[in-house]
Amino acid sequence: MDKTTQYELNKGLAQMLKGGVIMDVTTPEQAKIAEKAGACAVMALERIPADIRAAGGVSRMSDPKMIQSIQNAVSIPVMAKCRIGHFVEAQILEAIEIDYIDESEVLSPADDIYHIDKTAFHVPFVCGARDLGEALRRINEGASMIRSKGEPGTGDVIQAVRHIRKINAEIRRITSLNKDELYEAAKELRVPTTLVQYVHDHGKLPVVNFAAGGVATPADAALMMQLGAEGVFVGSGIFKSGNPKKRASAIVQAVTNYNDAKLIAKLSEDLGEAMVGINPDEIKVIMEERGI
Amino acid sequence: MKIGVLALQGAFIEHIQCLEKLGVNGIEIRQSTDLDGLDGLILPGGESTVQGKLLHDLKMFDKIKQLISEGLPVLGTCAGLILLGANVINADSQNQNPHLGTLPVTVQRNAYGRQLGSFVHTGDVGAIETFPMEFIRAPYIKDVSNDVEILSRVDSKIVGVRYKNQIGLAFHPEMTDDLRIHKAFINLIKAS
Repeated sequence: MDKTTQYELNKGLAQMLKGGVIMDVTTPEQAKIAEKAGACAVMALERIPADIRAAGGVSRMSDPKMIQSIQNAVSIPVMAKCRIGHFVEAQILEAIEIDYIDESEVLSPADDIYHIDKTAFHVPFVCGARDLGEALRRINEGASMIRSKGEPGTGDVIQAVRHIRKINAEIRRITSLNKDELYEAAKELRVPTTLVQYVHDHGKLPVVNFAAGGVATPADAALMMQLGAEGVFVGSGIFKSGNPKKRASAIVQAVTNYNDAKLIAKLSEDLGEAMVGINPDEIKVIMEERGI
Repeated sequence: MKIGVLALQGAFIEHIQCLEKLGVNGIEIRQSTDLDGLDGLILPGGESTVQGKLLHDLKMFDKIKQLISEGLPVLGTCAGLILLGANVINADSQNQNPHLGTLPVTVQRNAYGRQLGSFVHTGDVGAIETFPMEFIRAPYIKDVSNDVEILSRVDSKIVGVRYKNQIGLAFHPEMTDDLRIHKAFINLIKAS
């Protein structure tokens, strides 16, 4: 299959995930709970971001055997994370036929200059971004889906809000430029003019854009959707909470009906304890600054 | 003409854009009351487990099933086909009756494997010749009852069918610029 067709299919899978919730899971049992609660995909990893934070040290790709046990447990797409720039971890994930690779700042970066050349792979990649430049640079490297970085493992939504707002504000700015101003914009963003031209003409990224990092409640998820995210990743927020099953299901329904405050009010009832959370200014490791 | 597109999860915007290009109003269906007064319904691609669950959670399941049984023209693509299928293999066994089951076919879910098995094939769909078909973690149809018309096959596997007011496709016509299938669906509505 030629590269362009492959890329179209990979962008297409992200389009199928839209309006859905992708949940972090660490065991086949959690994966089944997530699937049953209505997750459109799961992210298989050994430790959720909150625990990665707590553990400290170097955080790497998960054990392939553990990822495969999750692939065998569910029928929905399974994603997994590799370190930024660690193309061999990505090759391993491709070898076990993962559905999507997240080249993720949640893990310790393997390369502080280069991201993975994602065009060299058949499987699709999703990457984090804080602004339009980061998003378009990742797309230029071959990412077929973007998510906000947020600040993972905090249960604090402020960074995800900041990133989605910033990306969308910068998109609006690009659409207002004259054609002869796009060359300079491309230079500033450090991306090819063709990508800037796409954003200018369509008023959106050329790939699907999800929110991620710190989403913990149905209201958080609906907030991200109202701010223009096309779907939501929920990491630590579900399985670090009092009633994962109920919370997961409530977040899924809140993403579908993100404008229906009455329904979200109902969904927010009796969810038990939310993850305790931690403010970004209370933490030492700032993951969002990794890989820009 | 009012065509509803089930907008619980997945690629519903793409269908609405196709309809708009053909001058037809596409309406996002998010709750039961949205279903009133429709001339046709599209069940889009996405994750069938999610859509099936939300149909129940949001109390839309019985109403949609009834509307289809009463003859409302419906087009199901990929996950939409799975929702329509009377029998589904490799379905999510955890959920009870997640499927509408109005189309008398047996659908094999994730029939081509994981994302690495996704592909594009150009072939005929009924009277429509050389249509670019995108298969994304797609199902195919393993078996059909006698009165089901087969519209399309890829390597002997059935990937498109029509049964009375229902069209089920394993691929994604909404992901291409080719509007012929949406046009055919609109004509089916006009004729009904």
